[in-house]
This record gives sequence, C-alpha cells and structure tokens, in this order.
Amino acid sequence: MSGNFEVIGSRAPRKDAPNKSTGKARYIEDIKFPGELAGALLQSPQAHAKIKRIDISRAQALPGVVAVITAQDVPDVKYGVSPARYDETLFAVDRVRYVGDEIAAVAAEDLATAQRAVEFIEVEYEPLPVLLTVEQATAEGAPWLHEQFPDNVCAQVEQEFGDVEAAFAGCDLIQEGSFFSKRQDGAFIEPNQCVALMDSDGVLNLHSSTQVPHYVQRTLAMVTGLNMSKVRVVKPYVGGGFGPKASATPIDLAAGFLAMKTGRPVRMAYTREQVFLFSRARHGFTHHMKIGVKKDGTLMALDHRATLDGGAYSSFGIATVYYAGSLLGGPYKLPNMRYHGLRVFTNKPACGAQRGHGGVIARALFEQQMDVIAERLGMDPIELRLKNMMETGDVTCNDLAMSSLGMRECIEAVKNGSGWDQKKGKLPKGKGIGMACGFFVSGAGYPIYRSETYHCTIMIKADEDGGGIVVYTASAEIGQGSETTMAMIAAEAVGIPYEQVRVKSGDTDFGIDLGAYSSRTTLMTGHATKEAGENLKAMILETLAQELEIDQSRLDIKNGLIKISGDPVDFSAIRIGYIKEHRGWQDQPSGDELTFREAARLAYLRRGTLVSTGKYKPPVLGGKYKGAAVGTSPAYGCSAQVAEVSVDFETGQIKVERITDAHDCGQAVNLTSVEAQMQGSVSMGLGEALFEEVKFDGQGRILNPSLGEYHIPTVMDMPETKCIVVESGEPNGPFGAKEVGEGAIMPTIPAILNAVRNATGLVLDETPLTPERVYLAIKKQKGA
Amino acid sequence: MSKQAIILTVNGVARQALVEPNQTLTSLLRDELGLTGTKHGCGVGDCGCCTVILDGETVNSCLVLAMQAQGREVTTIEGLAKGAELHPLQQAFVDAGAIQCGFCTPGMILSAKALLDHTPQPTREEITKGLSGNLCRCTGYEKIVEAVQDAAGKMSEA
Ligand code: FES
Ligand code: FES
Repeated sequence: MSGNFEVIGSRAPRKDAPNKSTGKARYIEDIKFPGELAGALLQSPQAHAKIKRIDISRAQALPGVVAVITAQDVPDVKYGVSPARYDETLFAVDRVRYVGDEIAAVAAEDLATAQRAVEFIEVEYEPLPVLLTVEQATAEGAPWLHEQFPDNVCAQVEQEFGDVEAAFAGCDLIQEGSFFSKRQDGAFIEPNQCVALMDSDGVLNLHSSTQVPHYVQRTLAMVTGLNMSKVRVVKPYVGGGFGPKASATPIDLAAGFLAMKTGRPVRMAYTREQVFLFSRARHGFTHHMKIGVKKDGTLMALDHRATLDGGAYSSFGIATVYYAGSLLGGPYKLPNMRYHGLRVFTNKPACGAQRGHGGVIARALFEQQMDVIAERLGMDPIELRLKNMMETGDVTCNDLAMSSLGMRECIEAVKNGSGWDQKKGKLPKGKGIGMACGFFVSGAGYPIYRSETYHCTIMIKADEDGGGIVVYTASAEIGQGSETTMAMIAAEAVGIPYEQVRVKSGDTDFGIDLGAYSSRTTLMTGHATKEAGENLKAMILETLAQELEIDQSRLDIKNGLIKISGDPVDFSAIRIGYIKEHRGWQDQPSGDELTFREAARLAYLRRGTLVSTGKYKPPVLGGKYKGAAVGTSPAYGCSAQVAEVSVDFETGQIKVERITDAHDCGQAVNLTSVEAQMQGSVSMGLGEALFEEVKFDGQGRILNPSLGEYHIPTVMDMPETKCIVVESGEPNGPFGAKEVGEGAIMPTIPAILNAVRNATGLVLDETPLTPERVYLAIKKQKGA
Repeated sequence: MSKQAIILTVNGVARQALVEPNQTLTSLLRDELGLTGTKHGCGVGDCGCCTVILDGETVNSCLVLAMQAQGREVTTIEGLAKGAELHPLQQAFVDAGAIQCGFCTPGMILSAKALLDHTPQPTREEITKGLSGNLCRCTGYEKIVEAVQDAAGKMSEA
C-alpha cells in the first residue's frame, strides 16, 4: 500500500547498530556500580521434596559473606504472571517443586565467596514422588504440587463456538491427527542478569536484562511491599528475550531484597545452566484434532484437544493454554470450533511464553492436517488454503476481527516466489516441498493484570535550540529494533529527518509501557509515539501561526522544513531573530524555507520547554465468553511460507534447502527490520522443527543444559531464505503498521513438516525431527 | 593463589596486567582492561560471543587463560574502528541490518575479520564455515552472511 511517507518504509540504519558494532553498547554485565556485592542463589537439587530444615549459620560465618536470606527473611507474598494464579514465592517455604527451585540467596564481597557460601547452606530434604510427565501428574493418587490446584490441573479450558457435532454430521470428510512436541529453551545469547541498589532518594533501582520493565517493577513492588514509586526498573541493552524474559525473575527479586538489606548494590546473574533451569520457555504440547470438511474443501468444524506440560508453576501458562486454542480461529473461515485445553503441573521448570506464544504447535498440526485433507480431496494444498482463507473484514468464530489481512497476497507471493507450480509433484526422490500459513496478534488486547491502564505512554521533548527531539519511552528494546521504529514514527509524525530524533527507552521513570511481548510494540507504542509527535508538531505550528498571523491550517512540517500553503509569507523576523541569537555559529539557517529548527526554537522562546505526550490502549475487544480476552488484538499479522527440503533415507537427516516467506505487516516501518524479524522467526522455527529439545533424566534433572548440547541453528543449518513483505495497510495501526515478530514463525514448522511429507510420504507426529526419529519412521514405513 | 604480571599487546597497544592463574582472557579483557565489547554468553566455548583474535587466529576467550596471552597480540572489537570511522565489516553489519540484540555481534565481526584476513574473497560456504562457531538467536544469519559478502567486496575494491 505505502502511503506518501518521508521516513516510514525506508531502510534507515538502526539507531543502536553503530554502538553494537563497536562494542560500545552497554548490556547489564558492562555496567558496574561502586561497592557492588555479588549474589548467588541456592537452588534445589531435588525435583520434589519437603524441606525439613535449613541451616544458614555456616554460610553466614564465612568471611566475606554480607547477607544470607531465605523465605524467613522476606514477606510471605505469592507472585507470578497472572494475578488469578499467583503461585510462586521467591524462596521455597516448605517444599521444592523442581530442580532449580530457589531456596536461599547470598550476597558476598565476591562471587566465589557467594558461591562457596551457597554450598555451606545445609538443607534437609524429605523426598516426595517426582512427577515428570502429564500422565504421572494426573494419575490416580498422585500428590498435588500446589494445594490450591487439585489433581495438578493448572488450568482447564472448555470452549465451543457454533455447533461442532452438527457440523461434523454434515461433513463429507473427517480427518484426525495428533502431534507431540518437546519443551524448548529460549536460548537468547545473553543470560539473565541484574543489579539492584538503593539510590539516594530511597528508591530501589533494579537494572535488569528484561523484556518487561513495567511488570518487573510491579512484581518487585508487590513482593517487597514497596510503593511503585519507590521502585524503578531500568533495562539497558538486552541480548534477546523471545518471551522467557517477559516476567520478573527470582534474581530480580532476590537482588532487590539483598540490596535493601545490605545497603549496597547487589549483582546477580544466571549461568547458562541456570537459564535452562529457570526456563519459562516453550511448553511441550500434545494436540489432537478432528477436522471436518465438505467435498469441495470447505472447512466446517474443528474439535481440538491440547495438553500442556507446564512445569512446576503457572507463569504465563494460563495465557498459553488459551492461545493454543484461540489461535486456530483464523486465518481460515472456520464456522464451528471446539477446544478442550489442559495445562498440568509437573516437577520440572515452569514453562512460559516463547515467540508465537501457545500457537506454534497447534498451528503445526492444523496445517499438516490441511495438507492431508488436500491430498484426500485431490486438491492442491494451496488451492485448499485459498478456498478457505479469511479476508480483510472477516471475524473468526471466536470473535477475532481481521481488520486487515493480506492472506491471499502472502499465499500468492510464496507460490510464485518459490516456483511452486514447477516443483510440486515434480521433484526427484528425497526432495520435498510444502507450505503453510499462520497469523498472530499484534499486541494483546488486555494487560496481564486487570486494569484500565494505558498500555503505553510517550513523552517527547523538543531540544530547546530546536535541533531535534528526544522520545522518552518505557518500552523495551531487546534487539527487535523498537528504538529505531519509534524514532522513525516520531520523525514521520513531527515531520523531521530520522537523524534528528533520539530515543531514550527502557526506564520505568519514563512512563508506562507493558513491554516487549505479544508483538505489541510497533502497533501500541507506535500509536502513542505518533500521537505525541503530532501533538508536538501542533504546539510548534500553533506558536508559529500566531507569530506569522496566519491560519494554522496553512502550516505543515516536512523533512525538517516548514511548508506554508497559499500566498508567500514573510518570516524574516523569525530568521533574523534566530541568526542574532547564534552570532558566531557556523550553521545558520538559510534557504527559502523556514526550518524546523527556527520554528521549534521560537516555540520554546514563547512557551518554555516543549513537551508533548501520547498514549494508547486498545478499544474494548472480543467476545463475552470465558477466556475471550486471550487472542484479542487490535490487529493481526499473517504469513505464508514454502519450505523445500531434502531427506536422506539412509540416515534420516533432513536438510532445509530453501524457505520462501511472505508476511503481512500492514506497513513496514523499517523494511530491513521487518525482514530481520522474518528471518529470525524462520531460524527459531527451524530449530524447533529439527533439533531443539530440553531433555530430562528420571530425577527431573536437565540432561542438556548448555548451548553445545542443546542445539540451536548455526549459520550452517540455515537455508536460503527469500522474504517477501506484504503491506495490507492496517486501519488500527500507526501509519498502517502491525506485527511481524511472532506471526512470522507460525508457518515454519508445518511448512517443513509438509515438505518432509512430500519427500517421504510420512505424516510425522513428533518434533524435533531428529535423524533418529525420521530414520525409524522411514524403516517402519518400509516394513509396513 | 597469587597474581602474576603479564604483558601483552591489545589492539596494537602494549598492556600490563596482574592476573590470577585461573583467570580467563575474557575476564582479563573485560574486568581488568575495561574492554567490555567482548561478550560472555556461556563461559564454556559454546556460543562464540567472547571471540577475539589471538595472533591472527580466532579463539573463544572464555577458554583461554589470561596467562596464555603473555607476550601475544590480541585484537578485540574495540580495535577495529579508526576513531569515528567504522571498520568496513562494522559498517557492512550496520548497513545490512545484521545486528539485532547485538550480543553476538562483536564475536561475529571478529570471526568475519579473521576469515577475510585469510580469505579476502570467500565463497558463501567459506563464510558459513568461518562463522559456524558463533551462535546468533536473533537474525537467522542471513543478513550477517550478506554483510560479510558486502564487506569482502568493498574491502577488495579499496
Ligand atoms: S562465552 Fe565463550 S564461547 Fe560462550
Ligand atoms: S543479534 Fe542477537 S544473538 Fe545475534
């Protein structure tokens, strides 16, 4: 679509890239405070046990140890992600529920001493039965992990839209299938770390590598009992998040308590192994689906059951189990849908949100079944999808409104871009081609806690000399490029070049922003930024109009220059005034047009420092049924991908050779950043499809808690990826923009599954598609 | 354990430091010399974000003892730009959009530099091999490979 933009839609280089390329960018580990203490955690070696006794005396006596805290030293406050399911305490009170559960924390003069002190804490455990699978946790007589959750059921969802049984009765074809996935790790390259300190105003400052400064601030305030205004969270540059960094960590909270107790800055860091132990990453899912269609391929009904192995605490899991169902409402017209979702507690680290939250494996099975249905009906898989896809203006059976949806454009783009018609059915043995679609929210419609809060607020201040503007936002740059996006949106809204915008972000002192999750920042923070920019522009033009004694409607700002419509206007007095103020300066304004610099300076002289604000919260969204909030969004991004693979029948080795990827992001704010999100999504999806699995032994200990043993894609694993950006123009998005960060991962796994099926004829029902798994399936197929 | 004095060349400048026998080169660079561009993602040689160039070859500095750097020459990410002027590889990473969170970037750029020092005109395969020890979770590597190709082209013209 592309409107008439000066900055939006360009490939402006990222604001943070030069400093990140030279090593100057500061991450939490690079920021030191005088007098820092090092903190360390005592974590449970047992997956499930009662704590009979904790003795910290030897640890306390160790020279260099400044403080040791356990559950006895902190308020007995439960926290978590969703207020209705707060089930965590910072330190285990009388029971540990997974290997890694936190028991105590130490602050010492140096890290080695803190770690030694942790070893000196004596804990007497009384082992309890260890429940590592959904089957064990739901078995008759299994002990409950949490008293308030009978039978280890964390959450159960029952939804029906339309009349599924009646629809099945009228279907010509019923297709059923199941799918099993393994838990993943976020594997962001920077392990979590934080430093807490009390400042001279008595405010507890927490510097943390988080995606969500606001939620961390709230949790820290609630758990410590401090007022929100006595807690400040600052996020320096963060080395990736992808979901698992979207809530307060035990080290955030422990460092806070230790800083309060010792009066000194306290640094705490996870080792890579501890990142795996804390987890909060993608659940292991089990899905079963029954899909009914008419002879002509019209989708009629879906009956869907999902079971999530949640680990020891709720974390994001309530949202995850809802998303696992609701994100099948689109992007196809599906009039009848029933969903039964179940999330179960087990004695493993808690799972949470990860890119494509809750929807990725449900999408994988659904899209795989679509391919099987197409084959059974003798249709091309693309034809089947085109027949059923939604279009702009459609509403799903679960009340998700597609205010823009370039699904057709995406499908056609990957069909043409991959040479589908030349390849499908014509590839040599061992090669396969497959496609899939998906969609995702562009920001959650509601905050995690029930509130009428704005989801984001923005402050823009013009430099008093008129040289540029500074955007203040509490939003979280975690690598996705939100600082750059906000700079571009502000530049466009004010009418000045991108280079004249600076962005200060990630500090709760700057306002409210719910953070980097649910692909919300571009649309939501973008809206608030646009509003603040437009307000600033209006302030400047109002003053200018008064000064020039003309109507304000004749004035505009474009690319740093004041545009005056109608008859010529004499602005020489303003220019002369500016030049006189800057005697001796080298860069005096000249030219036929008044500049932003002169106009902004004038506005400052007349009204003082110029500060404008912007804010955003979505309108009331969604249906009235239970759980209707999850899945609602002001807009939805959608995507299609074609994967081409080769399969080695002797070894079971799969190589993804090419991915053709199209995503509808409404309007690219920064084209390079959009492609970058698409490519990053493909790599995470490819890793999940082919390699990634967190493995446990029989005692609930992780067998592969390192990046060496837990295989994420390297550059050698990546296929050639062709990105096609589709721009449908989102009416609810700033300048037409909507998400790309997570929708882009949706089709990757099923496109690979479908390509593998095309190559082998196998409907594989378990990821990752390790050579062993594939080889055994091929052998079984031969035998059969 | 007693500290020992070592002398080494870092980014072309002779430096002295007192190091512990078990101190890593990562720690020497970051904690003693204040060169925090070298990142620390795992400490066991898996991620490559601590990559530096030691006597012309890339190493994971978390696996090298500081003492092993005695008398040797280390190049870190801070040693590439000339004042405000970025090294062609740095500029190419910025221009291609090869940087997202940036945590892998210093190591990635140094691996690319060592590659181009040895193989000024690498094929795509040579590039992927040269970067295979550096993990990136954000980019999917595509723009990183493009950046290296682009820099190789520009550097050979110059
Ligand atoms: S920190 Fe050295 S390889 Fe990861
Ligand atoms: S840019 Fe984030 S890990 Fe590479």
